[in-house]
Amino acid sequence: MSAIVSNEARRNRRWLVLLWVVVGFGFANLFALVASVVVDSFGRTWFGGWLPSGFTAHWYSDAWHEFNLSSVLMVTLEVALAVVVISVVIGVPASYVLARKSFPGKRVLMLLFVLPILVPPITYGIPLATLLYSWHLAGSMTGVILANLVPAVPFVILTMTPFIEQIDPKIEAAARMSGAPTRVIFTRILAPLLIPGILAACILVLVRTVGMFELTFLTAGPTSTTLVVSLYDAVFAAGIRANQSVDAMATIYTVSMMVLLIVALRFVNPSQLVTRVKESD
Amino acid sequence: MCLMRARSEASTRMSSAVGLGTAVTTPRRTLRHRLADRGLDRTLWLVLPATAFVVVFFIYPFIYGLELSFQPLQGGAFSNYHTFFADPYLRDTIWKTLRLAVPSALFNVLASIPVAYAMRGKVRGKRTITTLLVIPITLGTVLTAQGLIMYAGPHGWLNRILLDLHIINQPLTLIHNYIGVFLSIVITGFPFAFLLTLSYLSGIDPALEKAAATLGASAWQRFRRITLPLLAPGLAITFTLAFVLSFSVFPSAQMVGKPAGETRVISIAAYDAAFKDFDYSMGSTIAMIMAVIMLIVIAMVMVWRATLYRGSTGGKG
Repeated sequence: MSAIVSNEARRNRRWLVLLWVVVGFGFANLFALVASVVVDSFGRTWFGGWLPSGFTAHWYSDAWHEFNLSSVLMVTLEVALAVVVISVVIGVPASYVLARKSFPGKRVLMLLFVLPILVPPITYGIPLATLLYSWHLAGSMTGVILANLVPAVPFVILTMTPFIEQIDPKIEAAARMSGAPTRVIFTRILAPLLIPGILAACILVLVRTVGMFELTFLTAGPTSTTLVVSLYDAVFAAGIRANQSVDAMATIYTVSMMVLLIVALRFVNPSQLVTRVKESD
Repeated sequence: MCLMRARSEASTRMSSAVGLGTAVTTPRRTLRHRLADRGLDRTLWLVLPATAFVVVFFIYPFIYGLELSFQPLQGGAFSNYHTFFADPYLRDTIWKTLRLAVPSALFNVLASIPVAYAMRGKVRGKRTITTLLVIPITLGTVLTAQGLIMYAGPHGWLNRILLDLHIINQPLTLIHNYIGVFLSIVITGFPFAFLLTLSYLSGIDPALEKAAATLGASAWQRFRRITLPLLAPGLAITFTLAFVLSFSVFPSAQMVGKPAGETRVISIAAYDAAFKDFDYSMGSTIAMIMAVIMLIVIAMVMVWRATLYRGSTGGKG
């Protein structure tokens, strides 16, 4: 019996080692990929060879002034926070109903909320932008926030519904049996149970919004451009720009996203995204 | 159960209105009561803001775009659609997109299963590893594209190392083709797939697996017979999201692909029609075709998902 167990344990360990070697190999490549961009953004010139001919930091100050990055970063932050707060306020109550109730037309409603996530942004982005312009909403922060909310609200609903589904309804029923009215059930029973799910949804919406190119690109004006759009403008807009300057800006974008994500991960365990985990054995 | 809850809610409401002293003794049940039995009660108002928002800012614009696609610059109502399917340069974008999107989405989901499986439960350094695996989300398309061009390009470190080790005789062509776009999708899409798979996997009660182990199931049997069936609905969702991500791939197909040749995906065709030829009608037409193809694939996945077990997976609520 013990021989069988140890045999299996050995096989499991071999399997794990193989897995981590593969993952490690992927990571080494990814790290080198990022490093080559960062190294180039600090390089003077780099034609062939293992490293650039010399190092300098002036591409960063160039990029910072040329693209007016301080205001762009501010706009990005404001848009992202507004989208996160509004989408949670609208989305969480809706996902509660979808998780708990069955009513006529529920499947249609589910479909309605799944569609904006399944349809590529560029598909509805073009007509949406046209409409927002005719309503005089595009070209401003309001337009950018509205456009970004279109995938964000359903995204919150889609991640929160299974999360609420697996919270045992007996807990609510017990509270109701003990005489708690609906309002108290929401604030005292559900809210504490929902916090991890809401925080996780917030993070995903935040990251998606900061990274969302198409919708922001189609609706942004000169004062409402977010970081990712101004980065694209730097690559594709007319005029000759040094490759290092683009690399510098891409590095700034990545570093700010990383800071965002690492701060967020301090508060939320990413593995509890959809469900809460039984951590204790 | 549902009936009981509806009734108790109704009685809560009535007790608040009991000061009026009506309705309680009516032998015929009130309309509100009967609606509540079918699941229509006041809690449904909670779903209204989200519904209104999606209708105004998604459904309405979509219908507007659909209308636009039937108003071509010249010819009859269907001439745009006719042009699309008659012109091989446009028609083939469908095939090119699917050839890229399906394998890359499948790869992301399948690769995330073993990694997530190894990470479930208590693992030393779990938080650090998860953070590391999630960080590529932050890279963004431009940095990924720039990185691929620099690192995997003909003079990049990768080819340099392989050449110096005499593994290859001439540089591998990894960018400005199918492989480049595929790699870019994997780098940006894998973290999302992994995160979703891990969270679905964490929601499965480990006690189920332990019970199976007690009954003598091997590690593989436990995975195949217990975990995988419970995970499958989650995998369907993960695949769908990964597919959406890779189906609408646009920037990386431009930057690390061959936008005039093998990676001329359908979103490039839509963009070109709308913003290079300024034919918004044709742009809308291609966008609508794109949406239809996308929905067909997703409907197929969802039909399959509907056949699977769904319900409480025993995670702590």
